[in-house]
Parts: sequence; C-alpha cells; structure tokens
Amino acid sequence: MVSEQLVDLSRLQFAATAMYHFLFVPLTIGMVWMLVIMESVYVMTGKQVYKDMTRFWGKLFGINFALGVTTGITLEFQFGTNWAYYSHYVGDIFGAPLAIEGLMAFFLESTFIGLFFFGWDRLSRKQHLLVTILMAVGTNLSALWILIANGWMQSPVGAEFSYQTMRMEMTDFWAIVFNPDAQAKFVHTVSAGYVTGAMFVLSISAFYLLRGRDIEFAKRSFRIAAAFGLASALSVIVLGDESGYTVGEAQQTKIAAMEAMWDTEPAPAGLKLIAGINESEMKNDWEIEIPWVLGLIGTRSIDKQLPGIKDILVENRARIVSGIAAVKALEAVRTDVGDDEAKATLERHMSDLGFGLLLRKYVADMDQVTPEIIDRAARDTIPRVAPMFWAFRVMVALGFWFLALFGTALWFSVKGDFADRRWLLRAALWSLPLPWVACEVGWFVAEYGRQPWTIYGVLPTHLSVSTLSVSSLYGSLAGFVGFYTLLLIVEMFLMVKFARLGPGSLGTGRYTNEPAHA
Amino acid sequence: MPIDYETLKVIWWLLVGVLLVGFAIMDGHDMGVGTLLPFVGRDDVERRVVINTVGPHWDGNQVWFITGGGAIFAAWPLVYATAFSGFYWAMLAVLWALFFRPVGFDYRSKLESPRWRSAWDWGLFVGGAVPPLIFGVAFGNLLQGVPFHFDNQLVSYYEGSFWGLLNPFALLCGVVSTAMITFHGSIYLMHRTDAAVHARSRTAMLAFGFLLLAGFSAAGIWLQTIPGYVVSSPVVPGALPDPLAKTVVREAGAWMANYQRVPATVALPLLAYLATLAAMWLAARGRTLLAFVGSSLAIVGVIGTAGASMFPFVMPSSSDPRSSLTVWDSVSSHLTLTIMFFATLIFMPLIVAYTSWAYKVMSGKVTAAYVRENSHSAY
Repeated sequence: MVSEQLVDLSRLQFAATAMYHFLFVPLTIGMVWMLVIMESVYVMTGKQVYKDMTRFWGKLFGINFALGVTTGITLEFQFGTNWAYYSHYVGDIFGAPLAIEGLMAFFLESTFIGLFFFGWDRLSRKQHLLVTILMAVGTNLSALWILIANGWMQSPVGAEFSYQTMRMEMTDFWAIVFNPDAQAKFVHTVSAGYVTGAMFVLSISAFYLLRGRDIEFAKRSFRIAAAFGLASALSVIVLGDESGYTVGEAQQTKIAAMEAMWDTEPAPAGLKLIAGINESEMKNDWEIEIPWVLGLIGTRSIDKQLPGIKDILVENRARIVSGIAAVKALEAVRTDVGDDEAKATLERHMSDLGFGLLLRKYVADMDQVTPEIIDRAARDTIPRVAPMFWAFRVMVALGFWFLALFGTALWFSVKGDFADRRWLLRAALWSLPLPWVACEVGWFVAEYGRQPWTIYGVLPTHLSVSTLSVSSLYGSLAGFVGFYTLLLIVEMFLMVKFARLGPGSLGTGRYTNEPAHA
Repeated sequence: MPIDYETLKVIWWLLVGVLLVGFAIMDGHDMGVGTLLPFVGRDDVERRVVINTVGPHWDGNQVWFITGGGAIFAAWPLVYATAFSGFYWAMLAVLWALFFRPVGFDYRSKLESPRWRSAWDWGLFVGGAVPPLIFGVAFGNLLQGVPFHFDNQLVSYYEGSFWGLLNPFALLCGVVSTAMITFHGSIYLMHRTDAAVHARSRTAMLAFGFLLLAGFSAAGIWLQTIPGYVVSSPVVPGALPDPLAKTVVREAGAWMANYQRVPATVALPLLAYLATLAAMWLAARGRTLLAFVGSSLAIVGVIGTAGASMFPFVMPSSSDPRSSLTVWDSVSSHLTLTIMFFATLIFMPLIVAYTSWAYKVMSGKVTAAYVRENSHSAY
C-alpha cells in the first residue's frame, strides 16, 4: 500500500507548484489582450503614445511571461515524475489535450512572442499587429486545452475502463472537447485572467497619476484598463455562475461542501451568506441565508433538489459496497483472462469501480474490508467543508468588488475627471494584489473540492502517485521551494523596478526617469 | 478507423523520433549556443551578440521539448509514466537546469550590474549544457536496460538509483549527445555572427565535431559488447497493449541484429558520420547555412541510430525483462493514436511554416553595432 506521507507530500508539491504557476498565468492571459487593444489603436490612429504603451506594458508582460514559461514546464513534467500511475491510468485521454495544446497553441504563442519583442523594426505596422494578435490567440487557446484536460479530471466524459489494458480509454474525443465542465471552466478562467490584466494596468497607471507623472500615457492606459476590466468583471461573474451550474450537475460533493449544505433542503435551496460550520457534528451552528438563490444557480430550476452532504454520504457508501465487487472481479480477471463470470460481475459494477478503489487507502485485500473501513472511505468522499465554504466566499466577494471598482473607474473615465479623484486612484492602486487572491482561491475551490479523487469518481488520489521514496519527495520539494523563492524575489524585484521606472525605461526620451545614457 | 492499429504503432514510433529530432535540431541549437556563451563571448557586448542570435527564437524552440513530452504522454503513456518517475532525479535536474533559460534570456540584460549579468550567463550555460548531457545519459541507460518492473495492476516500480544511471557507457552517450548539440549550436553561431565571436565559434565547431565523431565511434564499438533484448514470445503487433503479456530475453549482439534484418538501416549510422564530416567541411569553408543542414542531418543519424538499434524496444527492463516497454505494448488506444496522428499531421506543417517565417524576419548577422543601438530592447 502507498504510504500516506508520500501521497500528502506529492499533493503538496503539486499544489504548491501549480498555484505558483498560476501566479503568472492569469496576468499573461489578460494582458495579452490589453496589448492587442493598445497596438490596434496605434495602428488605427498612428499616435506614438499607443506604440509606447504597447512596448512598455509589453516589457512588464515579458518579465511575467518568463516565469510563466519556467514554471509551466514543471507541471508537464510532474504528471510523469510524481503521478506515474495517474499518467498510465488516464494518459490515453489526458495526454491528448496536453499534446494538442503544444501543437496548436503553445508553439503559436511562443514563436510570435519572439517577434512581438524583436520584430518592431522588421515588420510593417500591420504585420506586427498580426503577430501580437496571434500571440494572444495562442495564449488563450493554450488555456482552452489545459482546461479541457482539467475539465476531464472534474467530469470524466467520453471514456471507459478497459481491464485488458488496465486503464481508462478514450471513446469519444469530441465529448471530451465539448465537455460542459471544461467549457465553463475555460471561459470563467480566462475572464479571471482578463480581470487580472486589467487590474494590473489600472493600478500601475493610477500609481503614475497619483505621482503626477507621465500623465497622458497613464490616463490612456487607465481608460483602456477600466473599460476592459468592467467587461471582464461582468463576464467572470456571469460565467462563474455558469461554472457553478455545471459543478452542480457533475460534482454534487463539491457544491454541497462549498455551500456547507449538510442536509438536502427543499427546492429551491437557499444560498448561505455566512455560517458557523461545525465539521465534527456535520451541521452549521448558525447561518445567514438568502432564500432560493442556490437552487436557481445549481439546478436552473425551482423544483430540482440539490442533495445535502448526509444524503450523498449514504449514496456513496452504497457505491463503495458495490465497488468492492468490481475491484474483486477486476483482480480475478487480471489473474485469469478467461474468467467470464468475473468479467460479467465487473461489467455490472463498473460504474462503482472507482469507489471500490477508495478502500485501497486502508486495505490491500478486499476480503479484509470492514464496515468501519467503508464508513471511513465514504467520509473521505466529502472534502473538508470549512475551507471550501470560505474560499468560495472570498472569491465571490472579490468578484463583486472588481465589478464595483471597474464600474466606478469607467464611469469617471467617461466623465473625464478620474485623474483628479485621488480616492479612486488609491482604491485602484491598493486593489492590485486582489485578482491574484481571487484566482488562487478559485483554483483551490476547484481542485481541493475535487478530493479525494484525481479523476472524479474514477481514480482516487492516493492511488495516483509514483512509487517514490518519501525522502525523494522531501528533497524535490525543498528544491522547488528554494528555486521558486529565489525566482519570485528576482521577478518581483524587476517588476517593481520597471513599474516604478515607467515608460521612461524604453529610452525614447519622451518620459520621466529616462536612462542617463543613450 | 482509417489506419490499422499496427501501422499506427509504427507511425508513432517514427513520430516520436521526429519530435525528438525536431527538439534536438531546434531547441538543440539554442542549447548549444547557451553552452558556448561564456566561452565565445568574452565581454558584455559579445555575449549579448551571442544571446541575441537566439533571442527571438528560443521560446518557440523550447516548445519542441514541451510538445515532445506531451506527445509521449499521449501516445506512450506507460513510457511517460515509467521513465519520468524512474529517472526522478535526472528529470528534476533537467527541469531545474531549464529554469535558468527563460529568466536568463529575459532578465539578464535588464540590469547593468556585471555580476548579475555574469551569473545569468552561467545560468544559460547550465540550461544549455545539462539537458543534452542528461538526455544522452538516459539514452545510454535505455540501451543497457533499466531496472524496473510492473505489478499485476501495472503499477511501475523503479529499482535503481540516480547514481546507478551515471555508469561509464551512459556517460559516454552523454558526451556524444552534448558534443552533437554543441557542434550544432556552434554552426548556428557561425552563421549568425561575425568578427571574434564567429572566429571562436569556428574553433568550437571543429573541436566538438571531432569529439562527436570520436564519441559516436567509441559508443558504437562499445555497444557491440552490450547485450540487447529480444522478444521471445510470438509478437502480435495489432494486439491490445499489455507489457506483461510477453516474454523477453537478454542476448549478446541483439542490438546489432536489426541492421542485418533490415540492411537499409545501416544508412543511419552512415548518415551520422557523413553529415558530421560534411557539416565540418562546409562550415570551415564559410558555407554556414548548408553546414547547419548538415549538422541537422547528423542529428537525424545519431538519434536514428539509437532508435533503430533498439526497435521495437523503447525502454527495456534489466531486472524484469518481460516488463520491458516496446512500440507494441506501451501505446495508447487505437482512437487516441488516430486522433493524435491527424492533429500532428495538421499542425506540424503550420508550425514549420510560421517558425521559418520568424527566422526569415529575424535573419542576418547579429553584430556588436546592433546590440549597442538596441540596448534597451535587445536581450
């Protein structure tokens, strides 16, 4: 059996490196469209300031992008290095979108980013704009394929288990591509990136305005960010709601945990604003609720019920019991391929095979399973409620704050006097870190809420790991922490330095903080 | 499905080869440039010349590596799972070495401090030299067999250690691989630079060209004495992939048997020699673009030789030979191989087309004058 320490360390390493990678990705996804907008204005109007904007914000984009690339390779390695059984068990499905991401998207993005930075003097204006647009398309397509892969982990459609090859195999490629979970995740995640990109430009422009420098440059940047940000904040909320709906369809445990819904409530269920969660007694000590709303979001109806945690537990316990038969039958078939009776049993209990595998966390031999072990495995199927409940609320509250801030910023941008409203500029400046907080807690809700599965309902996390030694994991984790800390310090140092320098760092002679030498 | 399973399995063996060769040619030349950076560039301007020859391209080239990894994941999931977890510390060393590249390229010239710049130059050296070395060592171990086995549920267990990978034959393969990549990079540098950097790259080209020829010959002779692997049970190429369904024996001279069975494959080691020699001759005479084609063909020859010797094995197991992974039994399903084949067929020509365009746009020598004029925008 796999040691729990190995599983925990592997999870910790993956979570840490994925969330670290996700510090850089949203800004890339969002800022690349801001660059497209700025350069389009330049090509249409021919005004130099828009070219300077594209180049300066592009410089900051590049500093961020470098770390996005660096940390992205880690993730692709890590499925193989640390999640070998996962890679074998679902590689037939999961590998395809990753490879297509490389072929269709990442090549495009990475080839044209080189021309974006180095091609200014070698391409016509229109050609260069085309390069920027292709870079943006590549970046966003890249997110699409990654989230198709991730969506399949959340809602494994278009595949079935094969006992001959001992793995999941693809049966319907297009079902995987058009998986509603994946599509909802894609639009919600890229919108979150757009908000991040908009906030970055808005905040730093507000900083210049507060200092009273590079006014024309900053004002134009601020206005573009306000407009782009408002559209993005609206879509992140609307599409997040869509994401909530698909979660309600595919992952009942996640939505029940997010909502601390211990009991199945009469439809339509209410949405809890806040609650005092009592994990051990499986109840909320108190709660403040808005009637109806959750039922509407989660089921798009007023009469369908969302099951509560206690009912899900009962159902999952039954599936585990059925899964025992599946696991035993699979073992029999793997020993003797001629065992037709076992094949028939496996076929009958196939949909619960994953639930049976949950028991492997506690016993290797299915004959030693006791009712207590089944209870523990069933309890494992519900992620811890309090972190899910609060992380979700932080994300939603931030979403509405972004809507308010960008709305106000755009309102005063249209009126034309935003640059004099220092309270607005300060609010914009101090909101700079918030989109990152929202992105990280959103990621946490999606992935922690998937536990105890790597592939929801199919493959338990504790079976997915590589058979490595615990000391190897301590070593690699220490290495990652060391490298990533160092890289973050270097990146933040450069980012802050160049953001403070401002457009003067281009050396054009038109801005403050021009470098002393030519 | 339009193509039968057996044919697709062979196609995917070729396609993985194409991706590996593509990686070695494209990412390889900028890794070679990184390896040579501290030695052919003696002052800051010269080093910026060297870096800017690959400045606009390294990122796109690195995707060959990422796509290669993704394609192995999709087409050979058992190889991806077993090799990456088994070679855990070797893969982490590659990964951590690669960390230095994106930040090295992008951050190096953003500050004036000579110490900062010199530190990143050595970072780019590590990012250029370590990955080819480790990939060569990995191939050296594949040729000898790797200690791993599967259990009945196809969980893989690796029984070796990191230090066990560093045996003499594997290290020799590492030298061959590093020499090949650095040789290739030196020709690229000759093509894109002038003056002193060009002259030093020429010296490096000759040195690494001879090292490649010597190392490749030594490895070839040594390989005669290394036992290969043979599938000893009947092979059903179109069967559902199950590595445990076969038996395998170790046999002296087995790696040479393919060349007798399919004599045309002798063309691969011959190509490695002839293309290397031709590239050296052409580069020495200043025909650097043709020489680059030559060193690219040499890469085809060297990697092709390793692949053809082992066919149909991809990752033989020394401790439990029947667990060995072959092109027949480590692959994805028929459907996934089909989809990935067509995806590659559609996108690979597009990638080659726009990559060529990017090189065309940025063509010409990178000179000291260019670096001075563009000191705020160049790397």
